[in-house]
Amino acid sequence: MTGSLAATPAWVPSPVVEIRGLCTVFRTDGVDAQIHKNLDLHIERGELLSIVGGSGSGKTTLLRLMLGLESPMGGSVDVLGRPAVELTTSGAASRVGMLFQQGALYSAFTVLENIAFPLRELKSLPDDLVRDAVMVKLQMVGLDPAHAHKMPADLSGGMIKRVALARALIMDPPLLLLDEPTAGLDPDRSDAFCTLLRSLHQELGLTVVMVTHDLDTIYEISTRVAVVADKRVIVDAPPKEVIQFDHPFVREFFLGGRGLRAQELLRLHPDAG
Amino acid sequence: MSLAAQEESRPRIDIGQLPEGVRVRLLGRWTAGNLANRDNWQALQHSLGALPQDWRTCHWDLRELQRMDHVGAQLLWNAWYRQWPDTVYTLAAQRALLERIAQFSSVLPPRRPQTLWDWVLRGGALVIRVQGHLVDAVGLIGQLLLDMVKLLRAPRNGPWRDISGNLYRIGATALPITALVGFLIGVVLAYLMAQQLRQFGADAFIVDILGISLIRELGPVLAAILIAGRSGSAITAQIGVMRVTEELDAMKVMGIPQGFRLVLPRAIAMAVAMPLLSVWTTLAALSGGVLAADVVLGLTPGYFVTALAKVVLVSNLWLAVGKSVVFGLLIALIGCHYGLRIKPNTQSLGEGTTASVVTSITMVLLVDALFAVVFKDIGI
Repeated sequence: MTGSLAATPAWVPSPVVEIRGLCTVFRTDGVDAQIHKNLDLHIERGELLSIVGGSGSGKTTLLRLMLGLESPMGGSVDVLGRPAVELTTSGAASRVGMLFQQGALYSAFTVLENIAFPLRELKSLPDDLVRDAVMVKLQMVGLDPAHAHKMPADLSGGMIKRVALARALIMDPPLLLLDEPTAGLDPDRSDAFCTLLRSLHQELGLTVVMVTHDLDTIYEISTRVAVVADKRVIVDAPPKEVIQFDHPFVREFFLGGRGLRAQELLRLHPDAG
Repeated sequence: MSLAAQEESRPRIDIGQLPEGVRVRLLGRWTAGNLANRDNWQALQHSLGALPQDWRTCHWDLRELQRMDHVGAQLLWNAWYRQWPDTVYTLAAQRALLERIAQFSSVLPPRRPQTLWDWVLRGGALVIRVQGHLVDAVGLIGQLLLDMVKLLRAPRNGPWRDISGNLYRIGATALPITALVGFLIGVVLAYLMAQQLRQFGADAFIVDILGISLIRELGPVLAAILIAGRSGSAITAQIGVMRVTEELDAMKVMGIPQGFRLVLPRAIAMAVAMPLLSVWTTLAALSGGVLAADVVLGLTPGYFVTALAKVVLVSNLWLAVGKSVVFGLLIALIGCHYGLRIKPNTQSLGEGTTASVVTSITMVLLVDALFAVVFKDIGI
């Protein structure tokens, strides 16, 4: 993994994401529910961080805060050295790429138009250059050029994720956020997608943050795992150290039946990934 | 960014002479965002166009670049006519970037050209689509009749909750807007007519004209058009979103008949609400007319009401109520028809809703004309 760190462009500030003293409260039916309380998280340049936590622990909210889709009620969320809420202004696509759980492709556009969208929004790049750039990204995510004219409705789940990934990466953002990247994919596709993510992470020197439940993904590709429980990040360390952390959620999640099976598989087929 | 830094980051090339040959240095930030700046782009295009003829034998030096992304690399690769020059000095990351571009640069497969046969096929598709609409429409009406029979045989099992909910949404919540529009139309119509009638001294005839036109035609049609825009579109969008979110499939899997639970309640609610709204709109319009007649012509409201009862036959009201029921059923059925045909994507949702509103308004006016012809001897 050190090779990937070396490839990270030097102009990217570090830490890429810095969350300090974050507090989030959701109000439903007049009842306040505290989601985050004094949560701190630092994500260094070139890391591939998995955020893990139980349902409703506020993982996706954390991603939305990093994207600037929501503003923090308390504390600060800084991305690339600036407050995250400033991200959604123009040029956001060249700073952060996001892969939404369902892909969020524009259903009225073809694959080509979807991926080209952020580039075409710049207005002055000529069409043939944009098309060339799209074709490169399309093949980088392992799709055949023949799919370029298809509509999103004609694509399978795995292909939608790949197109969405190509769209997220079209402006070469240094930070890539993923929400459940392997949810809804069969094991083969999910493995292939993990391999793709790892190679892109290394080749492009990306900093990747993903929310996932998939233990195989966590073991296979993450350099660090942050566990969100008790309204804060209880542990933030490489996967091997996280497993040894003593906390009910960690024991249940990593050392429960499913977790042990995944570890067992890794021991039996260490080169499976 | 300071001016000097901005100048420094401008994507540009610098051609210089070295002892071993011509050296081309790439400088600045070759990133999509920076290249898209119109001035930067034109300047760079100009200098790329002015490359020496023997660019392949030049010494290309990329090491002083501030930054280069895929779009910048693509631009350079295209300027090289997609082949490597003889001598290129790069950093490792830049080399990897360019190699990736070289590996993946492929020409976009062109869309298949249109032939005459495609037009024939398109014509065929149109016929099939029209046929599909007809089949679906007949099926929808047939299913509605069957569901009516089912409801009459076992009224206790009817979807009464859905019916009352739709009745509230379609009928009760539309009361303010229909009253407002009706009242305004009544005022305008009465005012304009009063101006004309006064010239002939035929002031009293305003009761006849307003009575017949509002009760028989304008009230029902106005209400129907408003409701088609308001609730017809809502029905289509609602059912369409249910298709997008797979709720329709979920209903099917649970064995819940779509016609009975989605179409029937809306059709019944529309058929009940529409005549009531039509009468309500007519009343609002008449009150507007009474007001304008009082102000402009000095006809007292008391006179207006007594005269109205004498000159407008009650059959006009029955005709209005009768056709309102038909309008209501039409709007509901057209809304459901287009809603059920929506495909699970946003574009189809928009198109379906538009088509639904346009079709229902057109159909309302068509059927109104039909009523006018068939019942021309009644009530006048």
